[in-house]
Amino acid sequence: MRTVVCVKQVRTLGDEVEFTDDGRDVDPDYVDLALNEWDSYATEGAIRLREAHGGEVVVITCGSKESEAALRRCLAMGADRAVRVDGVDGHDPIRVAHALAEVVRDESPDLVLCGVQSSDSVQAATGTALAELVGLPRVAVVTRLEPGTGTATVYRELEGGLVDVVEVDTPAVLTIQTGINQPRYANLRAIKQAEQVEITVRTAADALAASRVRRMYVPSRGNGAEMLGADAAEVARRIAEIVKERTA
Amino acid sequence: MSVLVVAEHLQGAVRDVTRELVTAGRPLGPVTVAVIARDPEPLVAAVDVEGVAEIVTVPAGADEFESDTYQQALEALIAARRPRVVLLGFTVNSMGYASAVAAKLGLGYASDVHGVALEGDAVVATRSFYGGKVDAELDFPGAETVLLLLRPTTWPPAEGSGGGSVSSFAVEATPSRARHLRFEEAATGADVDITQADFLLSIGRGIGDADAISQFEELAAKMGATLSVSRPIVDAGWMPASRQVGQSGKTVKPKVYLAFGISGAVQHLAGMKASGTIIAVNTDPEASIFNVAHYGAAVDLFDVAEELEKLY
Repeated sequence: MRTVVCVKQVRTLGDEVEFTDDGRDVDPDYVDLALNEWDSYATEGAIRLREAHGGEVVVITCGSKESEAALRRCLAMGADRAVRVDGVDGHDPIRVAHALAEVVRDESPDLVLCGVQSSDSVQAATGTALAELVGLPRVAVVTRLEPGTGTATVYRELEGGLVDVVEVDTPAVLTIQTGINQPRYANLRAIKQAEQVEITVRTAADALAASRVRRMYVPSRGNGAEMLGADAAEVARRIAEIVKERTA
Repeated sequence: MSVLVVAEHLQGAVRDVTRELVTAGRPLGPVTVAVIARDPEPLVAAVDVEGVAEIVTVPAGADEFESDTYQQALEALIAARRPRVVLLGFTVNSMGYASAVAAKLGLGYASDVHGVALEGDAVVATRSFYGGKVDAELDFPGAETVLLLLRPTTWPPAEGSGGGSVSSFAVEATPSRARHLRFEEAATGADVDITQADFLLSIGRGIGDADAISQFEELAAKMGATLSVSRPIVDAGWMPASRQVGQSGKTVKPKVYLAFGISGAVQHLAGMKASGTIIAVNTDPEASIFNVAHYGAAVDLFDVAEELEKLY
């Protein structure tokens, strides 16, 4: 069975932020890069399917050369091959789905796994849009996966602790929720080996974005919290006082 | 400028987010609410709230949400009505079909939106990026219809009665490729009901590792608090899902919510922001939880925990 996993190299902000000259995004000097947390669960899920049923795991991402670090992280976990689609940057998930669709179609996968959302954009849109573009059924926010023949039984996590058990025709696209498994750590040897793997690079097909960032800014914080100081003993004393007063 | 809202319902009840969408949509133009269900009629009264001009019932083949059904219905409604704005909740159901509709029809699209405005004829949506540390205004050049998924519990739910006209809209449906089988509870055999506690001591990713759990269990017991957790603690398997606060866990409203090492993801905040008094301890002074907390301390949580132990 061939499983394609779509992953993203996400950007995280530290305490300080500066914006690019056009004001439409954060200055890249102020971000750290990492494999999206949800995507590590999707990758682990795909590797476990291969371990149980054979086949291969192909990871793909969309972005500039530096996003290859995310692919190498997945290769170190145990993915077999990696593809990067070049030529699409920015925050639009529909545009990204168009870029991924061509590669996914060419791979003819038995299953496509994506993370539910990315930590930096939180659109929860790419996987579902991708499914439409490649003509596959999909289930979003999956916390359990039981593959069958021609179908899979998946558990969809709803709000408030309710789970919707769904039977989906396969091949299908599933968006994977954190907690579905415990992603493995890559050992040093695997990380070194992954650095040597050749990553296939493709160019994104033309497509329109579904949105445009007009302006990015630091929001006003409102009143915010009353800060209790920097001394732990004093903070504890104030907390005890507030708790006593407010739970009375 | 017309607005189409798709009602969300579960097990025969319309969910609150639907009335929140009406509140958000009302300033943009006349609001039409679509109710997609096997038997939509009993759900009509719950969406006939102030600001609703029209209710469209769409009979479907399944009792509960199925992504293909909703996609076909929404596509047909957009083709027939050509709304300027379509509003859905940023919910698990919407995540299963909304972006598919947008990709297929070439709509403008954004999700987790917490502000919407019209500037002339242009729709402008506000949403956050980078863990809530920055906001951005999005526009949708060239899009005839803009599909927005709005963050739940951001707008107040519309109340009252709308007296909207009711009509039926038939959609030719093909068989669903993903079929609802049954519902289950994520957390069974719960040892404690965190929604009933007056005082919750809540811990998150900041506690570092599983060994710290027992320390906070003891602290909670000493302080007379019930221990609750944020999602990463459940994902790691350190505590059962019955203790989880947030959108996918429990919504809580204790008198005091004392959070240690919780940065404040939107999904977590949605589950606790109505608490009486919120106190947050987190080493990151920029953590989102300080935006909803009444009191905060950007200090080492273990130092504070140790000092608290001495006081009880």
